[in-house]
Amino acid sequence: MKLTVEHVTRYTWDVPVRGVVQSHRLTPAVFEGQRVLDWEVTVSDGIRGGRFRDGSGTQIQSWAVQGPVSEVVVSVKGRVETQDLAGVLRGHRESLSPLVWLRDTAPTRADVALHKLAQSVEAPDPLNLAHGLAAAVAEAIAYQPGVTTARTTAAEALSLGAGVCQDHAHALISVARLRDLPARYVNGYLQATDDGSPHEAMHAWAEIWIESLGWVGFDAANRCCPDERYIRLGCGYDAPDAAPIRGIARSMGREDMDVRVQVGSAQQ
Amino acid sequence: MTEYFNEMFHAGQVRAPYGRLQDWMAAMPAELRQMKQAEAEELFRRIGITFAVYGEGGDPDRLIPFDMFPRVFTAREWARLDRGIRQRAQALNAFLADVYGRGEIVRAGRIPADLVYKNAAYEKAVAGFVPPKGVYSHIVGIDLVRTGPEDFFVLEDNCRTPSGVSYMLENREIMMRMFPDIFRENRIEPVDRYPDLLRRTLASVAPAKCNRDPNIVILTPGHFNSAYYEHSFLADLMGVELVEGQDLFVEGEFVFMRTTEGPRRVDVIYRRIDDDFIDPLCFRPDSMLGVPGLMDVYRSGGVSICSAPGAGVADDKAVYTYVPEMIRFYLGEEPILQNVPTWQCAKGDDLKYVLENLGELVVKEVHGSGGYGMLVGPKSTRDQIESFRARVAANPGNYIAQPTLALSASPTFVEEGVAPRHVDLRPYCLVGERIELVPGGLTRVALTEGSLVVNSSQGGGVKDTWVLAE
Amino acid sequence: MLSRTADNLYWLARYMERADTAARALEVGARIALMPSAGHGYRNEWDALLQASGTAEIFRRKYGDAVQRNLESHFFFDVDNPSSVAACITRARENGRIVRTALTAQVWDALNSAFQELRQLERASRSDLSLFRLTEWTLKQAALVRGAIDATLLRNDGSQFLNIGYHLERADNTARLLDVKYYVLLPKAEFVGSGLDNYQWSTLLRAMSVHRAFHWAYGGEITAPKIADFLILNNQCPRALITCAEGLHQNLTKLAKFYHRESAAQDAGSALLHRLQQTSVEEIFDEGMHEFLTRFIREVADIGRIVHEVYLSGDNR
Repeated sequence: MKLTVEHVTRYTWDVPVRGVVQSHRLTPAVFEGQRVLDWEVTVSDGIRGGRFRDGSGTQIQSWAVQGPVSEVVVSVKGRVETQDLAGVLRGHRESLSPLVWLRDTAPTRADVALHKLAQSVEAPDPLNLAHGLAAAVAEAIAYQPGVTTARTTAAEALSLGAGVCQDHAHALISVARLRDLPARYVNGYLQATDDGSPHEAMHAWAEIWIESLGWVGFDAANRCCPDERYIRLGCGYDAPDAAPIRGIARSMGREDMDVRVQVGSAQQ
Repeated sequence: MTEYFNEMFHAGQVRAPYGRLQDWMAAMPAELRQMKQAEAEELFRRIGITFAVYGEGGDPDRLIPFDMFPRVFTAREWARLDRGIRQRAQALNAFLADVYGRGEIVRAGRIPADLVYKNAAYEKAVAGFVPPKGVYSHIVGIDLVRTGPEDFFVLEDNCRTPSGVSYMLENREIMMRMFPDIFRENRIEPVDRYPDLLRRTLASVAPAKCNRDPNIVILTPGHFNSAYYEHSFLADLMGVELVEGQDLFVEGEFVFMRTTEGPRRVDVIYRRIDDDFIDPLCFRPDSMLGVPGLMDVYRSGGVSICSAPGAGVADDKAVYTYVPEMIRFYLGEEPILQNVPTWQCAKGDDLKYVLENLGELVVKEVHGSGGYGMLVGPKSTRDQIESFRARVAANPGNYIAQPTLALSASPTFVEEGVAPRHVDLRPYCLVGERIELVPGGLTRVALTEGSLVVNSSQGGGVKDTWVLAE
Repeated sequence: MLSRTADNLYWLARYMERADTAARALEVGARIALMPSAGHGYRNEWDALLQASGTAEIFRRKYGDAVQRNLESHFFFDVDNPSSVAACITRARENGRIVRTALTAQVWDALNSAFQELRQLERASRSDLSLFRLTEWTLKQAALVRGAIDATLLRNDGSQFLNIGYHLERADNTARLLDVKYYVLLPKAEFVGSGLDNYQWSTLLRAMSVHRAFHWAYGGEITAPKIADFLILNNQCPRALITCAEGLHQNLTKLAKFYHRESAAQDAGSALLHRLQQTSVEEIFDEGMHEFLTRFIREVADIGRIVHEVYLSGDNR
């Protein structure tokens, strides 16, 4: 399937900033499930910085903007050819030991309820256990936008019983790690609607390490594994660690951010 | 704890390295000694070395007691230490290169995978990146104790940013000013090449993109830090700028410092701030001490950071146990310096032994430093032991235990004259294109009679450390 | 050099000079207060000093009445007053501590001793400390630091930033002290030329330590035009505005040579000096002394801002 992406993030400040530095994880991962046809990231007035691939295989590109500026626009535009690998991240190059992904972090730290949820699933093998945990998370947290924020933790989302893809991913990572399955947070794009109408956010899901298969994606929010409708970017311990755009502005003023994402299928 | 090795008097005789010092000591009347002591303190205050070593915090204007009686090694003794320290520093760096690369030592089953990869000091952001010359820990401080004429043990390794080297340099400077005669009578190896060697070491690990004389800086958390004096002292001796995070910025593929003449590129950063504070974009977003974007420049080869973030996984107290194994694995050699036998409370059998023998052991926190969070069994009351027992039982993985070593004692000026006091030693090994070690180090001394705790926060002082020439 | 290092040196100098001025202000006030009240009470003089130092509001909120002991606290000891002697010496020393290695041992010693002695003065009983002892002490410390800088410091860009700080601060401070006298101390025309007038002028000269120099240079009666000429336009007077402007101009020029680069700071510095060279006492009185001084203070502040932008902020390219 050929997917097209248009993704614009606009930062504005009420007082001009003296400078901006950003670190992007906005490049599609290299693996058998996707092939980049064309892909371009631009930053208004941006000076391109270092570019490298980290130990998790994530492509990182840094940018700087010399102030004073009141607005910075990050635009992503591209086309990717995808195929359905049933969630398996085949042919992805990375050097980190999977054990690193057993570490818990503030957004994924477990409370009693997450412990209970983790222990509620019984399965004959790790793959079934992972599927079971994903299903349990989907049951426990209803998809409901507007209830949680970017700072909501897995434990908080579970107690609310509602959340968005970020919360599902955090909760799944938390319970998987509790069952000794390395797990991580993945950012990407999803063609959610057939007409390709725009939405206000990117997508995110979890990957769980299954010794016999390698990394396998689980999208608890959509009760499925990533298929040809998904484009995978980078990964991290949790949402803040994997953030597609991390940035710091030298500023005294207030920052506003506006995101617009459009994913469609390309005309053949 | 009555049996210990006295470095000056042994088997009823004065040991050779201290031979000339005995006359010097005997010839010094008490009044002169007091006068000299006051003079030394005045010198320290004037120069301004009033800072805590080893990140102990506390009053930044406090003076650490200086004992004028030097601690002395023969050339032969030092030759062995020298080989042992270099060997260890090399193995620790090989270990870091390995665990941030393919992890052969883990695959070979010589060290548990969990201990490495689940370690809080293991830094994911560094994995897959090879720093210039493959060096991760450029300044290795190795804490040594002595228990007999031929017996030295490594107490711990410091692979991040070991402090205290300015004391090594200043102690010598002050001794030479006050007692030029004894330097004429004894042939003492100089230590003053250290700043030059440090500079050369740092220059040798400049990134490949740097095609000129590298611009080196020292990155300090700021003038409120207890080791600020050391930072500015080293910067001055090396002739490099001392910068704070706010003085640096990232643009394009490089890091620049803000100067009165505009931006100037920086190639090598000797950082004296912790990993967490290096770059708010990569580590703690709330940190104002670091440089946003620095890690991206580092990982794309635009700047060198010394030591590499994540170097701390090699000096973890639980990983320490495996250093002899590292030496065998990477170098194919037998360790020249011994480890202190260590019980890991995380292991069931070890924990049982430790809890049954708390009164005999020294128990330390895995991530602790500065002599805090530590139990010296034989020097503790029953209540202290019992309360520590509860802490260890509640979180065994956080503790290791070692036998209480009979630290050697070196003659020290005390109220009544000269008396033996327990000492340790921290030499500073430099690792770059070459491995360098100046003959000497920082000797810390427990000034309280019978005390084994040499930390300055707990009544410790410092001494000049001599290595005699052949 | 690092912009932050230059900034620390610049502020070290400004704070030492400001401490010196705070002590002089205290002395002016105390001397004027010693003379018999001429109908309007000495309170006005103190108010004028508070106004000129820009700390009248802080004082009123904290102390209320302008009695001498409170004024001593305010001008000397009070660290809540950012212009007090104690606050300035503490901050000067802190700036110095940060850039220790850019200073000589002598400069650091002078700064550090001032700070340590200040701590002792703070612990001493106030009844043992006369006002004149406090002001004498301050002037001496400022002179020791200044002397150590002149005698021992390398004449590189660092010393130029120190000097720029000194000259800017002194220009501002002299203008303010002068303004106190002319605009506030003597609002009534009938006093001009009176004994009271003379006394106030000579007190001002005394506080600036240029009392004798004035008599050597001018002789005879103290008159407003002579004073204006001396403190504004006579470059033999070490505190005159034109002397400060010359020093500023010289150091900015050296800096441009050192860096092989001119900037807006050099333009502003030479413009300031040029205007003073072109003006006369008559023109100053035509414009009005207060108006002239207000404008001068603003111009000096502008130069400070430009120096900050060009050299100290680190944002220059």
